[in-house]
Amino acid sequence: MRATTPAPERRALNSFALAWLVALREIREQVKSRSFIISTAIFVVTVVAGICLPQLIGGDGDEPPAEPVKVAVAAGVTLPDTLGDPAWFTITPADSAEAATALVADGTVDAALVPAPATPVSPAFAVVADQEADGTLMGALTSTPNVTLLDPSPFGGAPMGYILSLAFGLLFMMVAMIFGQTIAMNTVIEKQTRIVEILLAAVPDRALLGGKVLGNSILALGETVVIAGAALVTLKATGQDTIFGMLSAPLLWYVVFFVTGFIMLASLYAGLASLVSRIEDIGNAVMPITLVVMLPYVLPLILSDNDAAMRVLSYIPIISTVVMPIRQILGTAQWWEAIVALAILVLATFGAILAGARIYSRALLQTGRKLKLREALTAR
Amino acid sequence: MLEVHGLSRRFGSLQALDQVSFAVPSGGLTGFIGGNGAGKTTTMRIIMGVLVPDAGTVTFNGQPVTRAVSSAFGYMPEERGLYPKMKVAEQIAYLATLHGIPAVAAKARAAQLLTRLGLGERLTDQVEKLSLGNQQRAQIAAALAGDPSLLVLDEPFSGLDPLAVDTVGAILHEYVERGIPCVFSSHQLDLVERLCDHLVIIAHGQVRAAGTRDELLKAHAGHRWEIAGPAGDWLARQPGVAAVEPVGGEAAEAAGAATWRFTAEAPDEAQAQATAQAVLQAALAAGPVRAFGPWRPSLVEVFREVIVDEAPKEVRA
Repeated sequence: MRATTPAPERRALNSFALAWLVALREIREQVKSRSFIISTAIFVVTVVAGICLPQLIGGDGDEPPAEPVKVAVAAGVTLPDTLGDPAWFTITPADSAEAATALVADGTVDAALVPAPATPVSPAFAVVADQEADGTLMGALTSTPNVTLLDPSPFGGAPMGYILSLAFGLLFMMVAMIFGQTIAMNTVIEKQTRIVEILLAAVPDRALLGGKVLGNSILALGETVVIAGAALVTLKATGQDTIFGMLSAPLLWYVVFFVTGFIMLASLYAGLASLVSRIEDIGNAVMPITLVVMLPYVLPLILSDNDAAMRVLSYIPIISTVVMPIRQILGTAQWWEAIVALAILVLATFGAILAGARIYSRALLQTGRKLKLREALTAR
Repeated sequence: MLEVHGLSRRFGSLQALDQVSFAVPSGGLTGFIGGNGAGKTTTMRIIMGVLVPDAGTVTFNGQPVTRAVSSAFGYMPEERGLYPKMKVAEQIAYLATLHGIPAVAAKARAAQLLTRLGLGERLTDQVEKLSLGNQQRAQIAAALAGDPSLLVLDEPFSGLDPLAVDTVGAILHEYVERGIPCVFSSHQLDLVERLCDHLVIIAHGQVRAAGTRDELLKAHAGHRWEIAGPAGDWLARQPGVAAVEPVGGEAAEAAGAATWRFTAEAPDEAQAQATAQAVLQAALAAGPVRAFGPWRPSLVEVFREVIVDEAPKEVRA
């Protein structure tokens, strides 16, 4: 068979089929790339570690230390009751404050209790230690009473809104930046290597842009699901079921807002990146959206305890991506508010797609100098 | 057959194309030649639909070239490029699928094309790892990937070694035999003259000459003859003979023989023939004649003539 024989099974493809082919290539190449695999692994490990570590380090103080803490008690100091358990503390009596201090200095004991004048906030003794006072000892001495909370926060004291703002905002910002940059990079690579001319001969520019946005949106959603999934599984595994239960259902809102918001950002990333022809120039070209992407992370963090501000933010496109799902989870927003915010976001996304596509199709074949945004929007 | 009618395109103050019209018939290779900046690439981009003309139309088999039609064209742009990090075969297969060939067939086609072009051992190499010459071969495979209905190739032979030139030339002829029109630009005029049946010469955005190679070469031959005969000044004294220039070296003249090219100044073909016969008689009278015949210019010479003729217009522009 000659290499030039006709391909009889050839079909005519519409723009959607072409966009899908472009999307598949974006996904395939990205998933195969080492940087993608490594960054995803780092992301997942960070999230899992972030959830596990406080549990491992913090403990809850109910278990005795591996070795009892050795404490010298100088004459004249009344031994506090809380040091009475030999599994926790080994007590060595000393004749004087000086003798007790000497035992600390030569390392025989970890700390010494020496007489000191009592004040309203401290007992009638002081702790002498070598470099650092032992944590278990200090805990036993300060002996705060046990507290029973009738309505405990699952986050050990931090307000729920703040924690959610941090988690959702950070996740959205990171994923949007990573995949937005990927879109920008691929757009410029196609321009820089000039393969774009071959592509445009076969594929309409809208389908090329659509495929890029689609492929990277799928990747971004996939990465979010992997990270969120890792977080939920870790929460479940470490017994923090309360958070697990609170997140599961309203998380769907986050997914819907996330996908829409990402499509909006992706179109703008591609449009702005197409203005330049060299990879070195990407940073400058996409700077405006890089700033926008940080807003849904920064603003809710600052304003998470201001209900009025959060209400306003939850309607502003892109910021609503993070804030409205938070309000849904906290129960501070009605269900229809989410619908309205989503409608606004969808409209803005449509606008962004049109603007992005317009810039993209004007700028794609202009190599050489950076095109000004105004030129790209107004050119024939 | 591909036809372009009255294509014009302006970039700022530069009139890149001015009423460009020509045809790319099936059944032969068409060579598209012109100096740097003459408008070749702009014309090809317009044919491919990646650039919109200010005026003029492109038709394929009599029908206007729409997106659906041009998406079946095979294109090799002037600016070369493939995805640097993608494997060669995957890349060609991807381009084939964009032209509507199903994935499995596209994969097979990519392997066949690349093997034919001498890249059979390199199918899984990344493009950036290939030598420049091999990247060029991959680029040709990219143009052929979609089983094109028309081939538009901007400088397909630049950077290829002589064997690769032969391979690519043979492949293009296979397409031509299938009735697929093929136009390519090149600065290697000897190659164009050898491969092409049709020629289009463009300068300063205007078509200066177009037609079959034989017509074009004949049209620029003028009433010129070449004679290898005795040395001496007998030719210059012949009536009706002008523009005598020695073609052979001084060594030949020293040996008593010489080769000249001359123009028979005549109002028509018959008169020119008569002058030529008179020259032959005079030559035979002066000594032995080794060769005599009408002179056919090479494409390089025709091209120079066309471009030099246009030089004053360039000044005015």
